[in-house]
Amino acid sequence: MMQKTVRMMSASGILGYGFPESSLKAALALKPHMIGVDGGSSDPGPHYLGSGKTLNSRLAMKRDLSLLLRGAIGNGIPLMVGTCGGAGGTLHLQTCADIIREIAAEHGLHFKMAVIDSEQDKGFLLEQLRAGKIKPLNNAPEIRPENIEEAVRIVGMMGPEPYRQALTAGAQVILGGRGTDPAPWVALAMHHGLPEAPAWYAGKILECACNAAIPKKHDCLMVTVGEDFVETEPLNPELRCTPMSVAVQALHENSSPVIRYEPGGVVDSSDCVIEALTDRRVRITGMRWIPKPYSIKLEGARKAGYSAITIAATRDPGLIAQLDSFMAFVRESTSTKVSALGIDPSTYQLVLRLYGQDGVMGAWEPKKDSVPTEVAIIAEIVADTQDIANAALSLARVTLLHSDFPGRMCREGNMAFPFSPSDIERGPIYEFMLQHVLEIDDPLCMFPIHYEQV
Amino acid sequence: MVKLKHIAKACKSKNAGPFHITLDIMFDKADLFRQVRETGVICPELIASLYGVKPKDVLFTEYPPALAWKATLPRRIPSGAVGDTDIYGAQQHAPLLDIEIPIDIAA
Repeated sequence: MMQKTVRMMSASGILGYGFPESSLKAALALKPHMIGVDGGSSDPGPHYLGSGKTLNSRLAMKRDLSLLLRGAIGNGIPLMVGTCGGAGGTLHLQTCADIIREIAAEHGLHFKMAVIDSEQDKGFLLEQLRAGKIKPLNNAPEIRPENIEEAVRIVGMMGPEPYRQALTAGAQVILGGRGTDPAPWVALAMHHGLPEAPAWYAGKILECACNAAIPKKHDCLMVTVGEDFVETEPLNPELRCTPMSVAVQALHENSSPVIRYEPGGVVDSSDCVIEALTDRRVRITGMRWIPKPYSIKLEGARKAGYSAITIAATRDPGLIAQLDSFMAFVRESTSTKVSALGIDPSTYQLVLRLYGQDGVMGAWEPKKDSVPTEVAIIAEIVADTQDIANAALSLARVTLLHSDFPGRMCREGNMAFPFSPSDIERGPIYEFMLQHVLEIDDPLCMFPIHYEQV
Repeated sequence: MVKLKHIAKACKSKNAGPFHITLDIMFDKADLFRQVRETGVICPELIASLYGVKPKDVLFTEYPPALAWKATLPRRIPSGAVGDTDIYGAQQHAPLLDIEIPIDIAA
């Protein structure tokens, strides 16, 4: 008897990155059981989770979703999107749901949609904290109730279970809030009766689509999952999966290529065998799933303050030769001038990034002593209010421009400013604040599913 | 002696979540990977010293299927926090390039 297999497609690394329409066509011709795309990442930083804004533009997400939605509905298969809108908060999710409704109206499409929320109520989290259910990961500090209170937004990273629930309920379009990246594909494979190990391995390959292929390109990837194997092949004939390219994907953006912690277990691929079936199709066997007590990783953002920046540069060799002492003087002098405005020093901080010296690596820079021809400076004030940030930055800018230093040759100004106005308000800025998991018995209880007939 | 940048296929850095950086050293020739591996130079202690962290804070994995080593360490500053310089963590690889490997090879 033929083994049961499931075919799943991933459109691109992140919804809105784009993919060739021809690759989607090629995928649909192979009759996949679902098409999906991951929508998010913490990689672009805390701004998106904090502000509620989407990572990619509405136009770019709509272009991708329009092709995928018509492909899914036209072929009677599910479309699943993980971590909608970049950060997977309620606002991000609603933006994507609105786009889906708009596309459906434009093309006269009708289907059952499930929208899975992952934003967490602070009252619920405080209860869980009191019950000792929130645990730090690695060496993270214990979380305190005030940390939860001060958060702007906290999401839980859902597993595949809410997606499975929505599939069982007959939803054809499933939009998820924040989840572990493989979740939609794991859910689909398990919905069709396949075991955890190959389902999770397939999900991990699919979440970044053609990152598992060469040459690297934003394109669609097709994966076939069986009881004890995963096969992968790109849809674009110009791309190939090789044992090496698949192994390289296992290194991508994670802490270990062989051990991956997921809600409810660990994916262990230390004994995987990766072999070429053709010059562009690869088969992987030997993955294992080790069940563990269920836990949900939390991701949170808090407001760090308000920021204003200015970009300046010096081409003066005399100044460049004494940059450290000059910057120490700028800090001290700015602080005196800001105090004269009646601004409390505890309400702001000056951050100087010196490009040409160590602007990229900071304290990790091994070549601090090389002498550059020019140095660019991004001066930033992070303050309790935008007014304080603007006022302090203005004084820091003037101090950079007009301070004396030994051997000064050009008294007209120390800095070249490329712009007028030179100061840029950045508005509120955010920080990631949680590296914690919540131990929970029911994988569904944190992720309410709203169904609607579109 | 040869520098890693002259023999490796890739030396790269990237976030592994907002609080960690992961470094990958990759080869494309199995023989060369084996030769470098035999020198024992690429180890958690070396990565720790290059990045000023404690060896116990380096999660180090040798990964022969990709002819690669992976080292994951805490970021200096979490991604996007005040003072961060590299949100994606994609430009922290330079110290790897100059690692000296004691093998005899026409680079």
